[in-house]
Amino acid sequence: MFKRAHYVALGTITVLLLVLLNLPPNTAGRFKLAVSGLFLPLFGLAGSGQSFVDRASYSLLTRDTLIGEVERLRKENEQLRLANSQARDTLAENARLRASLGWAPRAPWKLHPSHVIGREPTTFWRVIAIDYGSRDGAQVNQPVLTSEGLVGRIRSVEPTQSKVALIGDPECGVSVIVSETRDNAVIQEARSAAVGDGFVVLRTLQNSPGILAGHNVVTSGLGGVFPKGIPVGQIVDARSVDSGLYTEARVKLAANLNRLEEVWVLTQ
Amino acid sequence: MSWVPTIALFFVAWLAVFAQTQFPPVARALGMVPGLIPALLVYAALTTHLAVVGGLAVFAALSLDSLSASRLGVSLAPMFTVVFVIHTRQHLILRDQLYAQFWLGLGAGLFVPLATLALLSLGQVPPISGAATIWHLLLSALTNGLMCPAFFRIFDALRNTFDYQPVTESSFRPDRQIKRGRN
Repeated sequence: MFKRAHYVALGTITVLLLVLLNLPPNTAGRFKLAVSGLFLPLFGLAGSGQSFVDRASYSLLTRDTLIGEVERLRKENEQLRLANSQARDTLAENARLRASLGWAPRAPWKLHPSHVIGREPTTFWRVIAIDYGSRDGAQVNQPVLTSEGLVGRIRSVEPTQSKVALIGDPECGVSVIVSETRDNAVIQEARSAAVGDGFVVLRTLQNSPGILAGHNVVTSGLGGVFPKGIPVGQIVDARSVDSGLYTEARVKLAANLNRLEEVWVLTQ
Repeated sequence: MSWVPTIALFFVAWLAVFAQTQFPPVARALGMVPGLIPALLVYAALTTHLAVVGGLAVFAALSLDSLSASRLGVSLAPMFTVVFVIHTRQHLILRDQLYAQFWLGLGAGLFVPLATLALLSLGQVPPISGAATIWHLLLSALTNGLMCPAFFRIFDALRNTFDYQPVTESSFRPDRQIKRGRN
């Protein structure tokens, strides 16, 4: 049978559990912040260790490799300059046309770079931690992307870091549009917290037989969280579901969520 | 009793929770970084006082929930259930047997994430679960089953090093010694 100490322990834990589960979200957030502060030295140590390993690996590169890399980057830089000058012309033309139609000009994106410093410890959510916190101007719902495409949105903010809900997480609903057919759709939550496959499923708001493999998917701008036009991925296959009422399609994500190291936070 | 093994338990729990957020290559290869807390709780439940093991469960659960997107306190109930059941039944458990350590670690490694998933499913935002969840549960169970005997070896060695050794009284008494001889 139980001893008195067992009853005391059981009672204490039950009370603690009830208190914790009934905490208001703000208080629970502050409590989480205080406890996660215990891990700041380890996060700092991991970051320093990573940069030390990176520097050590750079010192192992040969001179020929470095010269080759500089050449490659120089060529890429020239190509990007050309593309940039073309884009600038197009942007100016777009601005003139918008002005002639009386439309408001598009605000340019302001991006803030940040490093991925941690991942979700459980397998129930698709979340990462980045070293961009409220001290740097981070706010909830700011979109996070890489040069390839959309990654997710900031879900919670702490002074020195933020948690980002990745595409496929239940807390990161994305309204998208298929570029070629202009069909509106939403990205559904993933079946696995592991992001190894790099696929998500989109569901259109009506049956859309025109959606084909290879079509591009971008954010639609609906919902107010993600601006219009951020690349999300490419359709792999599509099929009609629910007696032909809707279309479901598998999308290969443009950003490789499995190998995220540096990301960009869209601040405006 | 020395406090060094107890502090070491909390220190390893601290490291184990942090390790779950790191090691991207392991996460890429296995789909997750298996947590080692259940195996650690099994060792603590069979070795330390209820206050220490209860404190360890609270510390580990709150740490894990703080680094996770899960609701605060959701991991506490499964973790405390494991330590409470094992602690109250410790007189029936052959704690020095390798197979007992393995099966207890395996069971705890399966129960804790499964019960947490069940509790999270009751919330407003259900967690991600699917066929891959079965793989994650099996991997967690197997990892904890294998790590549990290792924790017993490591922490028992630490305990033997730092704990005060019990004084053994000899049955030999000099005043009762039979002295033979002619004197």
